[in-house]
Amino acid sequence: MASPTMTLEVLRYRPGQDHAPEFQSYSIPYRDDWVVLDALNYVKDELDGTLSYRWSCRMGVCGSCGVMINGTPRLSCAAFLKEYYPRPVRVEPLNHFPIERDLVISMNDFMQKLPTVKPWIIREDARPLTEGEFRQTPAQLDAYKQFSMCINCMLCYAACPVYALEPRFVGPAVLALAARYNLDSRDHGRTSRQDIVAGPEGVWECTLVGECSTACPKGVDPAGAIQQMKLASALDWVRNVVLPWGKR
Amino acid sequence: MHRSVEPLWWLLFAIGGTLTAFLTPIHILIGGIGLAAGWARDAFAYDHIRALVSHPLARLYLFVLISLSLLHWAHRFRYTLAEALHVKPSWLPVSLACYGAAVLGTILAAVFLIRL
Amino acid sequence: MTPYHRPPRFNWWWGHRAYSLFMLRELTSVFIGAYAVLLLVLVRRLAQGRDAYEGYLQFLSSPWMVVFHVAALAAALYHSITWFGLAPKAMTVRLGDRRVPGVVIVGANYAAWIVISVILAWIVLRG
Repeated sequence: MASPTMTLEVLRYRPGQDHAPEFQSYSIPYRDDWVVLDALNYVKDELDGTLSYRWSCRMGVCGSCGVMINGTPRLSCAAFLKEYYPRPVRVEPLNHFPIERDLVISMNDFMQKLPTVKPWIIREDARPLTEGEFRQTPAQLDAYKQFSMCINCMLCYAACPVYALEPRFVGPAVLALAARYNLDSRDHGRTSRQDIVAGPEGVWECTLVGECSTACPKGVDPAGAIQQMKLASALDWVRNVVLPWGKR
Repeated sequence: MHRSVEPLWWLLFAIGGTLTAFLTPIHILIGGIGLAAGWARDAFAYDHIRALVSHPLARLYLFVLISLSLLHWAHRFRYTLAEALHVKPSWLPVSLACYGAAVLGTILAAVFLIRL
Repeated sequence: MTPYHRPPRFNWWWGHRAYSLFMLRELTSVFIGAYAVLLLVLVRRLAQGRDAYEGYLQFLSSPWMVVFHVAALAAALYHSITWFGLAPKAMTVRLGDRRVPGVVIVGANYAAWIVISVILAWIVLRG
C-alpha cells in the first residue's frame, strides 16, 4: 500500500530571475506528526534544494519560522499537516513584508521600529550593585508578564490591516513591548516612550481589528496592550489639558 | 502628545461607544419597533412625551446621548472610510466632514433642547 | 537587489471572515449616528407642536422606517455585544492581588445593560 501524500504549494520568488512570485507545487509524504516545517525541510532535502525559508528552534520559541499557511499567519513549526490533510497546503511569505526570496521576508522595518520605543528598563537613577537585585512581588510580575512573552515572530504584523495600509504604524509587537516596560515596576521610562506610543505612528492608528491577538502564538494579546495604552494616553491628555501646571 | 487632538476624539468615541452600547438598543426597540407595533400607544402621546422630555434631566440625557452618538460615529467612520478607501485617517476632508457633522449635530441638539 | 513588494488588496476586508466582521462592526456606527439624527428630529418636532410630532410618528412607523429600525436594532445589538466583549481588553481590574477574569467584566456589563434597559423602558412606557 502506498504511503499517503499531500500537496504543498509554495510561493517562490527568485530575485533577479523571477518578475513576480509564483506558486510551485510539491508532492510530499503525509505523516500525522509532521508540521509544515517538516514538509518544507523534506522539500529542501529531497525535492528542491533551492527553496529558502527561515527556521531555528522548531518548537515555537524562537519566532523565526513565521509564514502564511492557507492565508493565515502561523509558525510553520506549529502548524500540523493533519490540520489540513487531505487538502493542499498553501505556504506564502508573511503578509505585509517585502519578499527577499521565496519565504524569506525583509524584517528591516520591524527591526528599525522596535528600538524607537526603548524596549529596556529605563531608570531615573542607576542602582549600584551593592544594593543587590531588584525585587518584585508576584502581582508586580503579573502586571507585565503577558506582554513579555513576545518572541518577535511578527505574525501580528502579518495579521494587522493597519500595518498593511499605514507604513509608519509601529505595529502590535512594538506597542506590546512598550507596554511591557511601561508596566514593569523597575521601569521609570513611560514618559520617554510616549512620543512614539502616543504619537502619530503609535496607538491612535490602531482600530482594534484584534487579529494581532488572534494570530499571536504566545498569547501576548497586543490588542489588549494597545487598548490599555490608548486609555492611559487619553487620560494623560485630559490631565495635561485640565491641569497644565501639574507635575509632568 | 497634547499637540494632537487625537486623544480627545478617541475618548469621546470610547465614552460614546459605551453609552450607546447600553442605551441605543432599548431606545430603538421601544421608540422604533414598539412604536410601529403599537405597544403602549398612550406612552407615545404628545402630551406625555413632551412632559417627559421637558424635564431638565431628560434634556441633559438626550443632549448627551445625541451628541456622543454622533461623536462616536464620527471617529469610527473616519477610520473606516480611511481603511476602505486606502487614504490616511489624517486626510483633512474626511476628518472635517465627520467631526464637522458631529459638532453640528451637537450644536443643534443643544439649541433644540434648550428651546423646547 | 530590492525586495519584492506586495501591496494590500483594495478590498482587503472582503472574503476574509475576521476582517469582514470587523468592517461590519465598524459600520454599526452609521446606524448609531443615524438614530441620533432621528432623536434630534424628534426633539425638534416636539417643539414644533402636536401636528408636527404626530406627523413624525407616522413617518417613523412607515414601512421603510420599520425596515430601518430592524436593521438599526441589529446593528446596535452587534455594537453592544462586540463592545462588551472587548471591554476587558481596555483595562485590567484587580481585586487585592488577583486579576478579575475577563468573563466577569463582560458579565457585569451585560447585567448593567439589562438593568439600564429595564429602567429606561419603565420610564418611557409607564404612560
